[in-house]
Amino acid sequence: MILITKPGLLTSVQDLGRYGYQKYGVIASGVMDQLAHRVANLLVGNPDNEPTIEITLLGPVIEFQEDALISLCGGDLSPTIDGNPIRTWRAVLVKKGSQLRFGQSKNGCRAYLAVAGGINVPTVMESSSTYLRAEIGGFQGRALKAGDQVSTGALNDISRSILKHLSFEDKGESFVEMDWSVATDLVPNFESPATVRVIRGRQYDLFSEESRSRFYSEPFTVTTQSDRMGYRLTGPHLELETPAEMISEAVNFGSIQVPSEGNPIVLLADRQTTGGYPKIGQIATVDLPIIAQLKPSDTITFEEISHGEAQLLYIEREQKLQQLYQGISLKLR
Amino acid sequence: MDNYSFQPLGDSAIQLFFKEEPSPLLNRTISSICKGLEGKKITGIIESVPSYKALTVFYEPWNLSYDTLKQQLEEMLDQQESKDKLSPSYVVTIPTLYGNEYGPDIALVANKNNLSIEEVITLHTQKDYLIYMMGFMPGFPYLGGLDKKIATPRHENPKARVEAGSVGIAGDQTGIYPFQSPGGWNIIGRTPLKLFQPDNEQPFLYKPGDYLRFKAINEEEFAEIEEAVKQGTYHVKREEMKG
Repeated sequence: MILITKPGLLTSVQDLGRYGYQKYGVIASGVMDQLAHRVANLLVGNPDNEPTIEITLLGPVIEFQEDALISLCGGDLSPTIDGNPIRTWRAVLVKKGSQLRFGQSKNGCRAYLAVAGGINVPTVMESSSTYLRAEIGGFQGRALKAGDQVSTGALNDISRSILKHLSFEDKGESFVEMDWSVATDLVPNFESPATVRVIRGRQYDLFSEESRSRFYSEPFTVTTQSDRMGYRLTGPHLELETPAEMISEAVNFGSIQVPSEGNPIVLLADRQTTGGYPKIGQIATVDLPIIAQLKPSDTITFEEISHGEAQLLYIEREQKLQQLYQGISLKLR
Repeated sequence: MDNYSFQPLGDSAIQLFFKEEPSPLLNRTISSICKGLEGKKITGIIESVPSYKALTVFYEPWNLSYDTLKQQLEEMLDQQESKDKLSPSYVVTIPTLYGNEYGPDIALVANKNNLSIEEVITLHTQKDYLIYMMGFMPGFPYLGGLDKKIATPRHENPKARVEAGSVGIAGDQTGIYPFQSPGGWNIIGRTPLKLFQPDNEQPFLYKPGDYLRFKAINEEEFAEIEEAVKQGTYHVKREEMKG
């Protein structure tokens, strides 16, 4: 059981998303940074789709009401346990009664807290993700608030093996860190200015030549009108060669739409299921964790990549995650 | 065949586009492919989303390649053309209480079109409306087929609160609000049905490709149905379309 003492800016329970219902207009939801969420789970021995707690920019204060095996991945929001800094991207055993707090963002803006055994919430339509606007899923269909007691699940064999490598030495310490972390090539660089790779969108060719070249060469800035639904960017004005009416069709995580006023919108986890604006590009899945960690006023440039390359990178990323999973199992033999 | 084309929607989705304009026949083709694909349970497919002129299929690239999926879709399109085996359509009845506080804009719709309120109700209930796609909010149907005689432009200033179940008209479209929300549609009635029940095994009463038929009910029937829905004993009328 964990207790939310202070809620933070936006703290919610998420998993990899709610699928199978987009055709009925149900958004996918789920974590913004899937890589951080998955690695956080693997580090504590969970399957990678166990719900985690997504923490945004100003973190919550969380009290552990029993010993817990945790990990924090994603943005580094200066986490501390009872005032002592703990490292991200590694497993940590925390003692009953200790408090997790966050400070300033060192990089990124979203951290994922995985707890061995997973966050225990009922699934709604096969997912534990919080769908904030429809008030379903996650913890009572809403963001976490002060006083919420969130229960955690039973440990599996892998979690128990990890625990064997971590024990308190009776010096009154409130946490012990694992002596190994994940390979650095799996941890994305969240520094601004960020570069993300983009495949041409379906209406790319309909944009003016100037818009097309500036899209791939000039920086864009994340505005304050940015949330889990999407990021509005400002930068070079983008326009179609000749204005055209679009008919609504499905969109994807990372679709870059351009409404007629000329500023692009990157669609993210809470995107609507369909959209009617021309799409100039689509962010490669492997680079979605980078955009998910950007904050307002961060800058970003887009680099063109082919559909084939993006698919290969995607498969490579999956293989690395598979290796991490196997590596964890082997280390623990 | 060159009446369709394929395009990737990033590295995890493929889109099948049709060149022809949206029509009930095209919609049946798209719905049939969508249903056929779901029936095949191909490893690596996450889900399919139909829209006016396209079917978008989300997949896991490490389990299924773009080319394999494209080939599967091509085969299905070929088979469909030779056998003309489109899956049947269904019509779902939506009991609706028109007018008064349930449909505060019905007089406005009648006035703008030089009709009586009764005529608006008759025109609205005598057609079956095809669900071309769903989106905007869970359970919101994009319907085609509204009689031009009752087409009414949306409010210039959206209202802050439209009740869940409200049936409205905006331009030449009609639709239902599954949730209470702000909205600019002319509200002519309300259904006591719950259009989104997330805890049910089947959370929705209809799907893209189905037709909706509005049936006028009185206040007494509204109360009865509302209670039956609450008790979980109401059976939504869903029948196969003929012809």
